[in-house]
Amino acid sequence: MNIQDRFEVHEHDVLVIGAGGAGLRAAIEASSQGAKVALICKSLLGKAHTVMAEGGVAAALANVDKDDDWKTHFKDTMFGGKYVNNYRMAELHAKEAPERVLELEKWGAVFDRTKEGKIIQRAFGGHKYKRLSHVGDRTGLEMIRTLQDKGVHMGIDVFMECTITKLLKDGDKIAGAFGYWRENGKFVVFKGKAVVLATGGIGKMYKVTSNSWEYTADGQILAYHAGAELLDTEFVQFHPTGMVWPPGVIGILVTEAVRGEGGLLTNNKGERFMEKYDPERMELSTRDVVARAIYTENKEGRGTPHGGAFLDISHRGADYVKKKLPSMYHQFKELADVDITKEPMEVGPTGHYTMGGVRVNADTAMTCVPGLYAAGEVAAGLHGANRLGGNSLSDLLVFGRRAGLYASEYAKKNSGSVNINENDILTAEKEMISYFENASGENPYSVHIDLQELMQNNVGIFRIEEDLLKAIDGLQKLTTRAKKVKIEGSRMYNPGWHMAYDLGNMMIYAEAIARCALQRKESRGAHTRLDFPNPKLEDAKWNSIVKKGGNGEMIVDRVKSIDMPSDMKKILEETEKEKMSKYTNALSGGVTV
Amino acid sequence: MEQAKFKVHRGEGSQGQDVDYTVPIEEGMVVLDAMHYIQKTASPDLAVRWNCKAAKCGSCSAEVNGKPRLMCKTRLDDFNLSEPITVRPMKSFPVIKDLACDVKWNYEVNKKIKPFTPKDDTDWIMYQRDVDRVQEFRKCIECFACQNVCHVLRDHNLKPKFAGPRFFVRVAGLEMHPLDGENRLEELRNDMGIGFCNITKCCTEVCPEDIHITDNAIIPMKERVVDKYYDPLKMLLRSLFGKK
Ligand SMILES: Cc1cc2nc3c(=O)[nH]c(=O)nc-3n(C[C@H](O)[C@H](O)[C@H](O)COP(=O)(O)OP(=O)(O)OC[C@H]3O[C@@H](n4cnc5c(N)ncnc54)[C@H](O)[C@@H]3O)c2cc1C
Ligand code: SF4
Ligand code: SF4
Ligand code: FES
Repeated sequence: MNIQDRFEVHEHDVLVIGAGGAGLRAAIEASSQGAKVALICKSLLGKAHTVMAEGGVAAALANVDKDDDWKTHFKDTMFGGKYVNNYRMAELHAKEAPERVLELEKWGAVFDRTKEGKIIQRAFGGHKYKRLSHVGDRTGLEMIRTLQDKGVHMGIDVFMECTITKLLKDGDKIAGAFGYWRENGKFVVFKGKAVVLATGGIGKMYKVTSNSWEYTADGQILAYHAGAELLDTEFVQFHPTGMVWPPGVIGILVTEAVRGEGGLLTNNKGERFMEKYDPERMELSTRDVVARAIYTENKEGRGTPHGGAFLDISHRGADYVKKKLPSMYHQFKELADVDITKEPMEVGPTGHYTMGGVRVNADTAMTCVPGLYAAGEVAAGLHGANRLGGNSLSDLLVFGRRAGLYASEYAKKNSGSVNINENDILTAEKEMISYFENASGENPYSVHIDLQELMQNNVGIFRIEEDLLKAIDGLQKLTTRAKKVKIEGSRMYNPGWHMAYDLGNMMIYAEAIARCALQRKESRGAHTRLDFPNPKLEDAKWNSIVKKGGNGEMIVDRVKSIDMPSDMKKILEETEKEKMSKYTNALSGGVTV
Repeated sequence: MEQAKFKVHRGEGSQGQDVDYTVPIEEGMVVLDAMHYIQKTASPDLAVRWNCKAAKCGSCSAEVNGKPRLMCKTRLDDFNLSEPITVRPMKSFPVIKDLACDVKWNYEVNKKIKPFTPKDDTDWIMYQRDVDRVQEFRKCIECFACQNVCHVLRDHNLKPKFAGPRFFVRVAGLEMHPLDGENRLEELRNDMGIGFCNITKCCTEVCPEDIHITDNAIIPMKERVVDKYYDPLKMLLRSLFGKK
């Protein structure tokens, strides 16, 4: 068979899968290094999650608080992540973020300004200084549009509404990707010397989430099947403030910028309950702490009518609120009939972000599969057990660029043409078509609803062994059901068919979360075990990894966390020994696992 | 339980008809929720775009009872529910299937706009008052509702001679950027056909981001084009005394 005759085939040096901030930044970098680049995304260009980011991008520019520097940003990120972060990623991130943000300005981004005419920065949870550059509460839109407009003028080939369902290999090395056009269901083969995964997160497996239909763990599971490792999957961030009412908008994000701008959290007794949970940082504590606090207030009967907490910003005055939080103003006004310049919002935790994901080399962003890279939310390591707000947008820029750079170098070094195994393509095609074979069966959306219910109830904010086992068992049953769904209609723009495929990815990643959550018998950052409520010092020394075994089984293991050189340890210890001692002693003594 | 009736356009390409659906109503429900309900029950293959569900991404544009709207921010309680609500794809673009239409042309237009090009040796100082108007234009979420209603595209289909309001907004955002050194007036006049716009303001009326497309973007751009081509002196003065 000649694949050219059966399929549409494209050939590039670097394939970037995903066109959010990370993918765009990677594509721009690879292209500027002279590589021929394909940029592939499931939605239309400019609609990725990055467009929804609100509060800001974290970088120690020190435009507002002059004492800020990369070291403080590094320390905050490590403390926020409870010291299981990949320290090297945290270091590179803190050092390079300022340059990446300034570069956006040179490409046309227009951030809000200080009185002196520089980029303004606002406070956010867990950041010691005012550090988040922003544009009102639509920072992501500014970022993605800037990158998009930069990218389209560089000759990058964009393939929109195209979903990748399989990575293709040439022996051990990466060789390309297989996917379908959403529009007409036709299959397409991309040959590439290097592949950058920038597919974002996993939130759609939870019932209450701020995430869109795109977040079905595609990149994580593409990598898993291709032989890469997943890291830290137990760490899933529940953002403390999602909308809780009306029903249709449950989970939609209320930006942390509301608290950054001075928003106050109270319970139904009018108490500022954060006093009990983090008296020092109050509302600007880290997300794990605030989410647990709101949950606990509700459990103990001090919640709001719709099961959340009150968040009030009205004291800042209508003009200020409308200028700095315009989209929150409209969101509440139009969707919930609440005028936030006059009355409090009702908010509660929502599934938001995954700290875990594909394991990569800190400097190059490459996985253990030669030629396969990952950056952005799909990659793991930078954020450890809990991400600080604003550290994702900066992550995309710093590691998107690095992934693009090293992928293009790799492509240059491996300049011969790639060979794709035809059988792999035929298998990938068969898998996608097989969904149409069931003459009867249930709607794929029903399986999805049950998956969301299962994960929400058993692998949520508070975890316990019994529930985790229940989830693992439930996932097996759902996997069987997912194989028997019935697809209505044709291959033309068919969301039911797409969902049938997505279910497979979500289910595998869900199992990885549950199994790693089971393995980590302590509470740390976003991972809270009711049966092991405290952090354990010895558990700061390892990270969970997940990989696919030879017989298709899921292997869950631990790896020793990477060693930190003494100069970096010193930075952390200078001021934070006391804060640190609860979570780790791995930094002070000679530690072995 | 209270119910709402819908007539939803179903079909591939130019073939298609309205199909009736009945959807139970929840408090605060929006049209997009109803479309999702239909996917989860009767028709999992209903094609509809969405991402943010909060009016931030511009994916979910459709014509609801004939008016271009973001489905995620169109509440059912705005309608008289004794009548069925019709939901159809945007009319000015070819339909792919159901509510999804082919908007690729817009991306082609965008590609041709000269990118931001900073003036030489700028110090990157910009004051808030100088960027306020540019920030208004940069709020655009590319829902293409304005492109959809503009009669030059909708009734006269003057693609590709006329770029449409979305892209006048985009060019205005670049031309009024305090540090941009490029000039796009010739393209505005020739390739983008700004002269075809006769200031009906229909685009402004439908913009979900409340961008004053006509008053703040199109009219000032038209004036600059006029100055350049018909009043060179004004153009010279403008360029001498802080044009942007
Ligand atoms: C509402 C909201 C607000 C947020 N606010 C902030 C904030 O203020 N600050 C901050 O730092 N972070 C914020 N975050 C987090 C941050 O926005 C995301 O983590 C980040 O944008 C992810 O970027 P990314 O480039 O990794 O992925 P995305 O921007 O999600 O892009 C993923 C891309 O991959 C594509 N893709 C996925 N699967 C496939 C496939 N199989 N085939 C082809 N393409 C595929 C998608 O189409 C998309 O183009 C927020 C998140 C949300 C949801
Ligand atoms: S004002 Fe101009 S661009 Fe806007 S709808 Fe009318 S003709 Fe079209
Ligand atoms: S200008 Fe307004 S109506 Fe037009 S695409 Fe942008 S947001 Fe939509
Ligand atoms: S879904 Fe994003 S604008 Fe409606």
